[in-house]
Amino acid sequence: MRTGKHKTVYFDNAASSWPKPERVYRAMDACMRNAGGNPGRSGHRLSLQAARIIFETRESLAELFGVADSSRIILTSNATESLNLAIKGILKTGDHVITTGFEHNSVMRPLRFLEKESKLSLSCIGPSHKEPLDLPLLEKAITAKTKLIVSMHGSNVSGDIFPIAQIAGIAKRHGIVFLVDASQTAGSLPIDLTKLGVDLCAFTGHKALLGPQGTGGLYIREGIVLRALKQGGTGSRSESEEHPEFLPDKYESGTPNTVGIAGLGAGVKYILSTGVRNIGEKKAWLRAYLIKKLQDIDGMRIYGNPASAGLAVVSFTVPEVNSSTIARNLSDKYSIMTRPGLHCAPLAHRTIRTFPEGTLRISLGIFNTTREINYFIRCLKNTIKQAE
Amino acid sequence: MSEKHNQASRIITFPSIHDALKAEKHCRKAGFKVKLIPVPRHISSNCGMALECLNRDIEEIMRGIRHAELVIDSLHSY
Repeated sequence: MRTGKHKTVYFDNAASSWPKPERVYRAMDACMRNAGGNPGRSGHRLSLQAARIIFETRESLAELFGVADSSRIILTSNATESLNLAIKGILKTGDHVITTGFEHNSVMRPLRFLEKESKLSLSCIGPSHKEPLDLPLLEKAITAKTKLIVSMHGSNVSGDIFPIAQIAGIAKRHGIVFLVDASQTAGSLPIDLTKLGVDLCAFTGHKALLGPQGTGGLYIREGIVLRALKQGGTGSRSESEEHPEFLPDKYESGTPNTVGIAGLGAGVKYILSTGVRNIGEKKAWLRAYLIKKLQDIDGMRIYGNPASAGLAVVSFTVPEVNSSTIARNLSDKYSIMTRPGLHCAPLAHRTIRTFPEGTLRISLGIFNTTREINYFIRCLKNTIKQAE
Repeated sequence: MSEKHNQASRIITFPSIHDALKAEKHCRKAGFKVKLIPVPRHISSNCGMALECLNRDIEEIMRGIRHAELVIDSLHSY
C-alpha cells in the first residue's frame, strides 16, 4: 500500500496484524449488509444468519485448536478480557499463583491487582541459562496453596517460545490449573489444546489469527468451572432472571461483536486452508533472514535466542541510539512501521535487562517479504549513521 | 419444509442457539432434511430456535444426536 513517497512496510504484526486477507474485509462487509440481526435472539432470518456466523467461527477455532466441543471456546472482546475471566474466575482468596518472568501486562496487571488486595501470593519464575523459563525452579515453587500456573506460549518481546507441554505435565502431576496466554502464537504455531492437556487458553483475534481488533477468546477445558465476569442477556432461558450455567452462554452475555467475529472466522478459515504449519514455516524463514541481516550491523544486540526456534518477533538495541528515535525516523522518513519501548511487558524487559529503555521490535507477518526486510535494513543503517 | 411436511414433523428444542446450530450441522452432514424454526408457541423452550425434522427420520436423528453426545432439551410433536 502506498502512502506518500514510500510504500508502507508494516513490521508491527505482534501488536496487530496488517493487512488482513481479502476475505476478512469481505466477510465483515457481508455480515453488516446481510446478517444484521441480533444473533439467535429473534428467530428471523437475519438473526439466525448472525448466529450462524458466530457458530461457524467457534467451530473453526475449535478445529484450529484441536478442541472437540466448540462450546468450550468462549468468545470475548480481546485476550485481556479472556485472561481476566480466567484469572479472576478461578482464583480464591489465599491462593498461590506461579507465572513467568516474561508476561505481558494483560497477565501481570490482573495478578498484581489481586495480590494488592491480599487475595493471592505470586511467584515469578525467570529464565535459566539457555531457556526462557527455568522449569525445575518452577516445579520447586509449587506449594500446597498453588492453584494456578500462568505462562505465555510465545514472548511478544523476544519471540522466545515457552515449553507449554512440559508445564502442562507439571501442572497435571500436581493437580494445578494451567492457563496459557497464546496471544502471540495462535495462528502462527500449531496448537492442539486437547493433546497438550491445557486447562485454559486465552487468545486474541487480531494478531496472527488475522481477524479484526475487538475479538478474542478463551478455551475452557471440560471440568473447569469459572466464576463469570458478567451476567446478562443470552437469548436463552429468557423466562429466568438467573444466568444460564451452560456453555458458551454462561460466559457470554450481551449482544456480541458479530461483525468482528465474522472477520475473525474468515481469518481462521484462511489459516485452516493455508495450513498453520506452512504459515509457521514461512514466518520462521523470514525471521532467520531478518536475524542474519541484523547480525551484520556493528554493535547490534539481539535479544532472545536467535539460534533457537522462535516467533517472527525480533527485539534489538543499537548502542547509543534510542529505540524511539529509530522507530520515529523509520516511520516518518521511510514509512516503515516498527515498535519501540516496552511493548506492555515491563517485567519481560526487567528479565532481559532492557528496562526502562526497552528495545526496537520488528514483528513479521505472513504477507511480509525478504524485499521489505532488505529495504528496512538499508533504512536502519542510514538511520543509525545519521544518529551517530 | 412445506405445510404438508409439517403434518408429519417433529420438533427438537435446545438449551442454546449453539446447541441448535450444532445439531442442524450434524443432521445436514448426515443427509437429513431439517430446518431451524422459531419455537412454536405451544412448546416451552430455553432457546428461541428449534429443529424441525421429518417424522420418518426422527429415530435415526435421535440416535445420531445421542451418539455424537449433542445437547438437546426435548422432543415434541408439531
